[in-house]
Amino acid sequence: MIAEYGHIALIVALCLSVAQAIVPMAGSFAGYRTWMRLGHSLALGQLVFVAISFACLTAAFVQDDFSLQYVANNSNTLLPTQFKVSAVWGAHEGSLLLWALILALWSAAVALFSGHLPLVLSSRVLSILGAISVGFGLFILLTSNPFARILPFSPTEGGDLNPLLQDFGLIVHPPMLYMGYVGFSVAFAFAVAALIGGQFDSAWARWARPWINSAWVFLTIGITLGSWWAYYELGWGGWWFWDPVENASLLPWLVGTALVHSISVTEKRGAFRSWTLLLAILAFSLSLLGTFLVRSGVLTSVHAFANDPERGIFILAFLGLVVGSSLLLFALRGPVVQRQQGDIEVVSYSGLSREMMLLLNNVLLVSAMAMILIGTLYPLIADVLDLGKISVGPPYFNFFFVPMTLGLMVAMGFAVFSRWKKTDAQMLRQKGMVPFLISLSAALILPLFLAESMSWATYSITAVITLGASFWVVTMSLEDLWQKLDRGSSAVSSRLKNLTKLPGSYWGMQVAHIGIAVCALGVGLSSVYDVQKDVRMVPGDRVVVAGYEFTFDSLNFVQGPNFGASRGQISAYKNDRLVAVLYPEKRKYEARNQVMTEAALDAGLTRDLYVSLGEPLKGDAWAIRLHVKPFVRCIWLGGLMIGLGGLLSVMDKRYRRRRKPRTLSTAQSGATAVEASAQ
Amino acid sequence: MHPLRKQRLQLVILLVAAAALVIGLVVYMLRENGNFFYTPVQIVSGEAPQSTFLRAGGMVVDGSVVRSDDSLWVQFKITDGVEMLTVEHTGILPDLFAEGEAAIASGKVDENLVLQATQILAKHDEKYTPPEVADAMNAAYKAKQEDKKEQGGSYK
Repeated sequence: MIAEYGHIALIVALCLSVAQAIVPMAGSFAGYRTWMRLGHSLALGQLVFVAISFACLTAAFVQDDFSLQYVANNSNTLLPTQFKVSAVWGAHEGSLLLWALILALWSAAVALFSGHLPLVLSSRVLSILGAISVGFGLFILLTSNPFARILPFSPTEGGDLNPLLQDFGLIVHPPMLYMGYVGFSVAFAFAVAALIGGQFDSAWARWARPWINSAWVFLTIGITLGSWWAYYELGWGGWWFWDPVENASLLPWLVGTALVHSISVTEKRGAFRSWTLLLAILAFSLSLLGTFLVRSGVLTSVHAFANDPERGIFILAFLGLVVGSSLLLFALRGPVVQRQQGDIEVVSYSGLSREMMLLLNNVLLVSAMAMILIGTLYPLIADVLDLGKISVGPPYFNFFFVPMTLGLMVAMGFAVFSRWKKTDAQMLRQKGMVPFLISLSAALILPLFLAESMSWATYSITAVITLGASFWVVTMSLEDLWQKLDRGSSAVSSRLKNLTKLPGSYWGMQVAHIGIAVCALGVGLSSVYDVQKDVRMVPGDRVVVAGYEFTFDSLNFVQGPNFGASRGQISAYKNDRLVAVLYPEKRKYEARNQVMTEAALDAGLTRDLYVSLGEPLKGDAWAIRLHVKPFVRCIWLGGLMIGLGGLLSVMDKRYRRRRKPRTLSTAQSGATAVEASAQ
Repeated sequence: MHPLRKQRLQLVILLVAAAALVIGLVVYMLRENGNFFYTPVQIVSGEAPQSTFLRAGGMVVDGSVVRSDDSLWVQFKITDGVEMLTVEHTGILPDLFAEGEAAIASGKVDENLVLQATQILAKHDEKYTPPEVADAMNAAYKAKQEDKKEQGGSYK
């Protein structure tokens, strides 16, 4: 019965979302305040029913109700309980239900925390979110119902969850990523509401900014977790494959990053208005495109599990509808938005100014996005045009992405120092001198010590460039921080006292920028100094990799809850001192009869030791992969710092204060006035 | 010309030049790094180019996997149901690589029409067959059926 309750709850939620899409929007045009207010309660009601539906599916998993097709395909009585719960979103139907749940969560959050917004705006935002819910509700109920039964002959045992997904990563990665993907629907709804109302100004930007930043934080962390998961779980030590589905998550992130920056110009200077709107529409469209690429099975990818092309057609149609209608609206209303200038004078800016720096940031990020989009979609286009079946390899993506990232980092160093309107070039040159010299010397000297031997043969230009760019960003950021702490007195003690006085958004920027540098350092250095050896070993063998001596001690059989495994014991020594004992496994999951490599790693800030069992060869011998990966942790450490930076910025005081509903003209008093009144 | 218009014209020319450069680079890089997919039939018949990087896929032929005793060298055959292509690789095979299952090998074809693979991909889910392989198998199957019809055989 539980499944039927879940199904009914989902249908009720769909009906509520239809009402949420229509009533507040109609009310906003007719001027009925009660209709407009209804959107808030409908959003909360929808959350309740989607949550009931989700809870019912979870209950079906926990109770091993294999009469449900979805449960039978993705669970098993032997599956540990935490994986039974995460298996709810382990495949197509349930992951869409998670999408719907998260969309309902965001809608409810907007309903609860939009008290200070004009009712017309918040009701329209909720109405657009409702329309998106209708699309996803229909999609789930018509093409991917997780509550479909197998009756009367239901199986007594389930087919089990894909072993790759039986991991902590599945518990955290998809919900985080979806929070980001779906979070951009709020940005989208704000943009469309602004276009409908024709009012788009600094106040709008200040209202939308925390929502956009939070979605971006979730997406950042989601991608970081995904990369980390792929690294340890796929078993072969890669952390980014330029796989279409990874690209699908990077595309909205790049546009989201551009949006996070461009909206700051809109908030503070009233410029980049249409551009910000366009980016908000684009970010959500790319999130939908990502869903389409993952779910339609049109591309061969790490994530391409059994798929159904008809679902792809539904999402493609939905994508077309969303992109088409919002761009049409943008074309019709964009000029109106552009012409209307609030009370902040749109001041022109010179060639060297913070506006120009942020413009450069946007141009680079959007170009990088375009290059990746082309590379990702090219195989699809070529297939449709009958040009043959092509896959685009990593060299294409690296060729474009790496120089653009370096360009961004160089600009980032200057950007923290630049001022609105006009920056003195002389000042920049002066301030940049010390950081430049530090970065240059670090870049030239450090590679000598990082390589295995101090010789020109191992001296790496890539390492020089990576170190130079990373040090540049960090030193420039720190110099700016040091000067910002000087508030009248340049003594060290008084500067330290000022640490807490800097606004959250400033700390956010600093932490995120340094995070980029740390991440780039990890990417660059781990790709230069990574050493990998595939070897054939019998117990007792020793192999030296990058200064570490690995000995294959023994091989045992161990029994897990739902798998049996061959577990090797491999000890790693450095200078005859034991560093780590690693236990890589080759597991065989019984229900699916599927073999899986479980790598073992010894993690460290400066290096990871990574060992995986390949396959048994003749006799006692095994194929074993030994990896030494310097600085690979920095990649995810940097990713988390970027996310933390976004979080600090969301928590900035000026967004947290609840303001009473005000008319637009008084709310537009500009950021400085708001900060002043906060004190 | 009005100075403002002149400035705008310069900007437009600059943008057009930059766009042209970028498009040129994209097309070039896509051509350089786009790896075509070939079926065993296309490779064995010599239709596929030699010594360029490409991908080939099919089902791993039962009993065709040969391992070296003292290294990680491995040889196996993949088939689209019509022809068999020999693949050689040195390294670790993916977990779901198995005889009778789909696999994709990427690498270069040598003069003996053997694919020297640098990477072997197998499916990630036992229900999943890469679309390229499924298409190749279907096409080969259809071709076979038509051949049989032409020969007037009464198979079914």
